Amino acid sequence: MSKEVAIVGVGQTAFTRACGVTIKELCFEAFKEALEDCNLEPKDIDESIICSAPEYDKQRSPAGAINEYLGLNPKPTFYAESICSSSTTGIRVAYGLIKSGLSSVVAVIGFQKMSELSSREVQERMGRGSDIMWESPFGLFMPAGYALFARNHMKTYGTTEEQLAKVKVKSSKYAFLNPKAIYQREVTLEDVLNSRVIASPLKMYDCCANADGASCVIVASAEKAKKITDTPIWIAGIGSASDALSIAKKTNLTGLTCTVEAARQAYAMAKVEPKDIDVAEVHDCFTIAEIMAYENLGFCKPGEGGKLIEEGQTYIDGKIPVNIDGGLLGKGHPIGATGGSQVRTIVQQLRGEAGKLQVKGAEIGLVHNVGGVGLYANVLILRR
Amino acid sequence: MGFERFGKVSYVSETKVKDFVNYLEQGKIMGTQCRICKKIYFPPQMDCNNCYSKDSMVWREIVNEWTLITYTTAHFAPTGFEDDIPYILAIAESPEGIRLFARLSKDVSEDQLKPGMKLKLVPVRLPNDKISYEFKPIGG
Ligand SMILES: [Zn+2]
Repeated sequence: MSKEVAIVGVGQTAFTRACGVTIKELCFEAFKEALEDCNLEPKDIDESIICSAPEYDKQRSPAGAINEYLGLNPKPTFYAESICSSSTTGIRVAYGLIKSGLSSVVAVIGFQKMSELSSREVQERMGRGSDIMWESPFGLFMPAGYALFARNHMKTYGTTEEQLAKVKVKSSKYAFLNPKAIYQREVTLEDVLNSRVIASPLKMYDCCANADGASCVIVASAEKAKKITDTPIWIAGIGSASDALSIAKKTNLTGLTCTVEAARQAYAMAKVEPKDIDVAEVHDCFTIAEIMAYENLGFCKPGEGGKLIEEGQTYIDGKIPVNIDGGLLGKGHPIGATGGSQVRTIVQQLRGEAGKLQVKGAEIGLVHNVGGVGLYANVLILRR
Repeated sequence: MGFERFGKVSYVSETKVKDFVNYLEQGKIMGTQCRICKKIYFPPQMDCNNCYSKDSMVWREIVNEWTLITYTTAHFAPTGFEDDIPYILAIAESPEGIRLFARLSKDVSEDQLKPGMKLKLVPVRLPNDKISYEFKPIGG
C-alpha cells in the first residue's frame, strides 16, 4: 500500500439549521478542533484550501477572509469548488501539493452557511443548478433531478418506495447517536412514506436538509505524519470523475457514471476491491442516491441496492456498514463541509474512536462524495 | 439578444443558436449537425465538440418522435415557477439517439404516464411573448 500522504487531524462543527455565527467563526471552530486532534499549531500549517459552493456565500473570495481570521497569513490560500463535493476536491488538491513537495502540511477547510441567504434567495439559486440555457427554463431543481433517476431505477430494477424509505430509517437511527447531526429523532418507515411529496417519487424525508456547518481535514506528507501522530490514516486511493451537467446528457439514468469511474480509479490505486471495504461513507443527498451508490461502488450488483438495504446489510453489523454517522440525510448537508465531515467519520472509525457508532475492527474505509446530480464524484480509500 | 424569449424563466439572451427561437416561432423544432463528422446536436449548438471543425454546423430538422424514459411531478418549484405547481418534468429519447429533458403538457396527469409511451415535441406559446416546447403524448 502507498504510504505517501496521510490524514493526521480532523474536526467539524455541529451541523445546524441556523448557526448564528459568521462563516469565519464557523471555520475557526472546525480548524481549532482539527489542530487539537493532532496537537498542531497554526504555524505548522503550510497552506490552506478553502472549499464551499460560492452561490451561497455573501463574501467574495472567502478563502482570503477565512485565512486571515485563522491567523494564517502569509501562508498561501485559495478556493476549491465542485458544489457538494468541494471539500474532497480540496483534499485531492492537497494530495497533489504534498506529493509534489510544494507543501508538507495542508489544511482543507470546507464550510457552508446556507442560512446566510433568505429562503427566497435559496429558491432562486436552486433553479440555476441545471443547464441554465436548456433545462432551467423548465423549472428543474435538484430533488427533481434525483427523482428522475429514482423513477428510472424503480422501472428498470423494481426498486420500491419502501426500500428508499428504509435508507432514511437507517440514517435517522445513527444520526440520533451523532451529537453533530441536525436530526436527533428516529423516524419510522411510515413517517417517511407519509411525508409530503417534493418531486415524485421522492418525499420530504427522502431528501437531505440544508444546513450550516464547517469541517477541517489536515493532510500531511509521510515524513511529517509520522512525527505528528502514532495513528496516521493513509490516503491509499483517490479517484475523481465527471459526467454531463445536463440531466438529459447523463451517460446513464440508472446510476451515476462519475461514481463508477472515480471508484474504479480509487480501488485500482489502493489495490483493494469493494469486498475489502470495512466501512463506507456514501453521498446520500437523497435516499435513491445511497441505493445507487451501493451499486456504483460495487457493494452489490446493479439493481440490487434496494435489496441490500432491505436485508439490513448496510447497518453497523451488516456486510458493508454505510453512513454509520447518519449520512447527509441524518446529519444535514452544509454543501462545502460535507466531504470533510465524511472523511472525519471514516478517520475516527479507522482509529477506533467512533464510540457507540464504532464498526468493530475497521481497517479499510471508503468515502464517496458527489457534486450536483451525478456531475462530479470523488472517491477516497483510507487505511490505518 | 433573442434567446431570452425561450422558456418561462430564462437566464441566457445571447447565443450563436438564437435562430432556434425564430424557427420555433414557425413551428419548426431545429437541431444542428456537423457537416464534417455528421454528429447531430439537439438542443442545438454551433460548435462541434466531436471534430472541432470550423464553421461546420448547419441547421436541420430533428426526427420528432420520442419515447418516454422517466418523469417526476414537481410539487415544489424554483423562483418563477411557483404558479405552475404541480408540473411534470420528463426525459425522453428519439430514434436518432438524442435524449431530451422537457416538461410534459399540462393536460397530462401522472397516472396517464407509462415509461415507453410515445411522445412528440410541440412548440408552446407562453405569456409575455415567451415561447418554449413541451412533450405531448401522440394521439393525446
Ligand atoms: Zn464535427
